[in-house]
Amino acid sequence: MNPSLDQIWQWLETVPDPEIPVISVVDLGIVREVEWQGDTLEIAVTPTYSGCPATTVISADIELALRRNGIKNIAINQQLAPPWTTDWLSDTGRKKLQKYGIAPPQSSGAPQNCPQCQSADLEKISQFGSTPCKALWRCKTCLEPFDYFKCH
Amino acid sequence: MDPLFQLLLRMGDNTLVLGHRVSEWCGHAPVLEEDIALANTALDLIGQTQMWLGLAGEMENKGRSADDIAFLRDIWDFRNLLLLELPNGDFGQTLMRQFLFDAWHSIQLGHLINSSDPRVAAIAEKAAKEVAYHVERSADTVVGLGDGTDESHARMQAALDYLWPYVGEMFQSDAADLALVKQGIAPNPASLRGDFDALTRRVLAQATLTIPQDNYAQKGGKTGARHTEHLGHILCQMQWLQRAYPGETW
Repeated sequence: MNPSLDQIWQWLETVPDPEIPVISVVDLGIVREVEWQGDTLEIAVTPTYSGCPATTVISADIELALRRNGIKNIAINQQLAPPWTTDWLSDTGRKKLQKYGIAPPQSSGAPQNCPQCQSADLEKISQFGSTPCKALWRCKTCLEPFDYFKCH
Repeated sequence: MDPLFQLLLRMGDNTLVLGHRVSEWCGHAPVLEEDIALANTALDLIGQTQMWLGLAGEMENKGRSADDIAFLRDIWDFRNLLLLELPNGDFGQTLMRQFLFDAWHSIQLGHLINSSDPRVAAIAEKAAKEVAYHVERSADTVVGLGDGTDESHARMQAALDYLWPYVGEMFQSDAADLALVKQGIAPNPASLRGDFDALTRRVLAQATLTIPQDNYAQKGGKTGARHTEHLGHILCQMQWLQRAYPGETW
């Protein structure tokens, strides 16, 4: 008897993103589809950035978490289209990011508030940051630099 | 050679060779933020290479992976633009080359998104989102340095003068290109010149730089007919491990 898909999604919600461990791969919106084909569990995962080194680690982490829960046959497929967008980041994920000190993406292309002091007086330092998905910003009120999860 | 396979090699070799060149800056850029930006750009380009050359290997159906195609071919099999294999020069020259390529790349990908081949369209859509960031940054930097100090202006003008003869190759069409146009897979390279000129004229004028009058074009990269001597040196660096220890993994 195969575990239900609801159960599988719950297990996936415990798999952290390797670079930003406060959010799960489900929060990140990169698990696109989960379905049983006979006794094989097929999972479609989409990369965030094409060269992101976390992509292979994420697939390995997903497989490990499911094996730990007794699933034997797992097929993880990379799905390119439609391309991943930060619109798929869950509301929970956005809140967790903010709390962790990373400003969540905004459609305006700029962070709303400093994740430290909530000030809106901000400036961009660099469009590129410590991982492909982040830009580097600075708060002009508390003067702290912070990561901004850039809109994609 | 199959025209689609040719296109995939051209796209993938462009991103592979430029990705390698840009990665040479890792740890050497003038400031930390630029170092990180260059490394991120290189990473995106290598990621895009995996997609283009991965699809090339898939459609060729001879069991070659993206890695096999990248690491086990020799100079004459590469189809990248000559512009991208030139040595980095100084920081300004590296960013000028990046801007000229990003300008073309963003326009080319904008067309490939509508390719009649859904696999090509999917890769283009993914890559276009990343390249939008590349061109924004390289254009900003070209303006900042061009319209900067006397020293930075002079270096950027020298970079533009040196690199301009390598621009024309982007717009040369051959039989493979025309076959792809017919099948609705890719645009005619010559047709991208108008958009490219509009974008580069606007940015370079803002950068207070003068575009050279002479449109003589160096060519031979995208056809593989004649690469510069620099490509061999890149491959030496890039491929030595796979050549010295065939099949090695880590």
